[in-house]
Amino acid sequence: MSKHTLSVLVENKPGVLARIAALFSRRGFNIDSLAVGPTEHPDVSRMTIVVQVEDLPLEQVTKQLNKLVNVIKIVELDPVAAVRRELVLVKVRADAETRSQIVEIVQLFRAKTVDVSPDAVTVEATGSSDKLEAMLRMLEPYGIKELVQSGMVAIGRGARSITDRSLRALDRSA
Amino acid sequence: MTEQAAPHRGDNPAAHSATGAHAAETMTGAQSLIRSLEAVGADTVFGIPGGAILPAYDPLMDSTKVRHVLVRHEQGAGHAAEGYAQATGRVGVCMATSGPGATNLVTPIADAYMDSVPMVAITGQVASASIGTDAFQEADICGITMPITKHNYLVTDPEEIPRVIAEAFHIASTGRPGPVLVDIAKDALQAKTVFRWPPETALPGYRPVTKPHAKQIREAARLMVNAKRPVLYVGGGVLKARATAELRILAELTGAPVTTTLMALGSFPDSHPQHLGMPGMHGTVPAVTALQKADVIFALGARFDDRVTGKLDSFAPNAKIVHADIDPAEIGKNRAADVPIVGDAREVLADLIVAVQAEHEAGHKGDYSAWWERLNAWKTTYPLGYAPAPEGELSPQQVIERIGRLVGPDAIYAAGVGQHQMWASQFIGFEKPATWLNSGGAGTMGYAVPAAMGAKAGCPDTPVWAIDGDGCFQMTNQELVTCALNNIPIKVAVINNGSLGMVRQWQTLFYNQRYSNTVLHSGPGHDGIAPPPAGTRVPDFVKLAEAMGCVGLRCESPDQLDAVIKEAMSINDAPVVIDFIVHQDAMVWPMVAAGTSNDEIMAARDVRPDFGDELD
Repeated sequence: MSKHTLSVLVENKPGVLARIAALFSRRGFNIDSLAVGPTEHPDVSRMTIVVQVEDLPLEQVTKQLNKLVNVIKIVELDPVAAVRRELVLVKVRADAETRSQIVEIVQLFRAKTVDVSPDAVTVEATGSSDKLEAMLRMLEPYGIKELVQSGMVAIGRGARSITDRSLRALDRSA
Repeated sequence: MTEQAAPHRGDNPAAHSATGAHAAETMTGAQSLIRSLEAVGADTVFGIPGGAILPAYDPLMDSTKVRHVLVRHEQGAGHAAEGYAQATGRVGVCMATSGPGATNLVTPIADAYMDSVPMVAITGQVASASIGTDAFQEADICGITMPITKHNYLVTDPEEIPRVIAEAFHIASTGRPGPVLVDIAKDALQAKTVFRWPPETALPGYRPVTKPHAKQIREAARLMVNAKRPVLYVGGGVLKARATAELRILAELTGAPVTTTLMALGSFPDSHPQHLGMPGMHGTVPAVTALQKADVIFALGARFDDRVTGKLDSFAPNAKIVHADIDPAEIGKNRAADVPIVGDAREVLADLIVAVQAEHEAGHKGDYSAWWERLNAWKTTYPLGYAPAPEGELSPQQVIERIGRLVGPDAIYAAGVGQHQMWASQFIGFEKPATWLNSGGAGTMGYAVPAAMGAKAGCPDTPVWAIDGDGCFQMTNQELVTCALNNIPIKVAVINNGSLGMVRQWQTLFYNQRYSNTVLHSGPGHDGIAPPPAGTRVPDFVKLAEAMGCVGLRCESPDQLDAVIKEAMSINDAPVVIDFIVHQDAMVWPMVAAGTSNDEIMAARDVRPDFGDELD
């Protein structure tokens, strides 16, 4: 099994997320992570879906996704040729003694402290999952009180845009 | 499917936005719905009113273009819409209210999804302010039908009604056809809105590919002429695409044998010398064996269903696969394709004909004479047949065979699900497209009567026969009341063996003749083997038919058979039910037991190796 990152352009309509999630579960696929948000076009949302799956079933699930009327386009992003990022907010136990050590780790990973209180700091970090994992390993010994992580978002490198052609079609029909 | 409901035949409704000439009128959402149905060419709607859909029924009463047929159960409306669609090629329409009305449509919607039947289901929904509050008769029918519709809509804004109806009919009838559900909130039906036709539609994510790739077509033609043992494996897609004329040309041009699946019966004449019969679990020995031994299989609008392939990893082990389908997701789903072709079956076949002709002109023509020698030997040795019934009793196969002969290939036949369905597929004799309606993928018992009703409503001048089992008949026979009251004179042949025959057959073969809950003519305590004493049948189908305003006939002996069928044929002013009392131990042969390889096909029971005991 290997990890695949799918970028899915969908119509920004109610129920689309449910259709996509239901399709994955009906066909027996587990979603590792899913992130959805607006794009440069108001009628289009973009989902980044990370799945653990063999190549053949991936082809099947991609084809089934493509059959959903609200799905405009699906692109599998090559990990080498794409920028992939996640966001993590983590609340770490910190007192006067450990606070400076934690801040140092935060700087090392080019993360930010976004909230400080007498016994905790909250850290915001973005990056690849590897980088975030490494940072969390470093913070673990101080005591992680709470952690929240976003799904992965990803975009291909270079000048080409996956939205160009599909969105132009949308403009015509609008 | 290449054609769809008038008036937007073959075009994309998005194109309408360019025409500009919108006649805008103010009316209620309900009026807008009925006007939209009229505008897409829906002439028949099967349904039942109720609270949430009630506003739509008021303008429906005044419509001179849309006929509403008041059914007795929403499931009947759904199957009737399917039967109408399969028989006419147009989109079938059913209508129901919210909650239980809508959920009663779930079975026919799932059925239409499995068999790719173009259907639009319109349901009322509680008022938009009440959605999500567990209001009276509220059900999330869009959520419920999400995995069994091609697409569905929840409409809360009356402005959207014309656009959604136009899109629903377009989606249902193009590409791989299927059911589309439109759920409309009651307040959207009641509110004032502006009706504009044609509406502006927007389906940026819906672009079915119909034109096949030229390179793949050439590759397929090359495989065809170089094959030694080709088979054309024809599925329902060929009927949906109205490609039967093209199929016949290709078959006769190449000389390759043809097998038509349960969903494709009638796409190639059963009487044609190149026809091997049906493949699959109850297919003919020549058809099943030809696929197993083939070196090239042309799958045309077929989907390698488990009932066709048997145990998948031993299916046609030496065959290269050319797989043409309009749905890209079918290609490579069950069996890897060597030559994948995405396209409409009619266009694929037309292009294949040209490409094969080009090969022939270049001097490459397939020589299948050795193959035909083997095929003809199988056809001679293993023809379809059946054991005669005990002296004086009717055999179910004989009943169905005689109906096929006397009624002929111009009539439309609908079947339920089970033994009678398989015998109908084997012994009616199909020669023409759109003459065979059945529930192939979903296997929905009770399909026959309402589907026959829908077909007859759509094709009033064609004789329509339902071949039903006594188990199936007891699920949906209430629609005979609808038929009787609405001048829809169908014929129903109940193949009455007093049991759930197909399950009983499995119990005979795999469960040591322990007939657990398959005996219909008596209650617990009966041994399941002795037939019921004469005159004690519950229910009495003749009396039941008469109670429902139909003519009821009964046939119990072979010497009455032809006379009773002819009597039924002579009655055209009322539905006719014939109760054929047949012997209960007849079985469907040939048979490939579930989960086993097609290599283990049994021509008849006395040639029976070790069967598995898995019922699925």
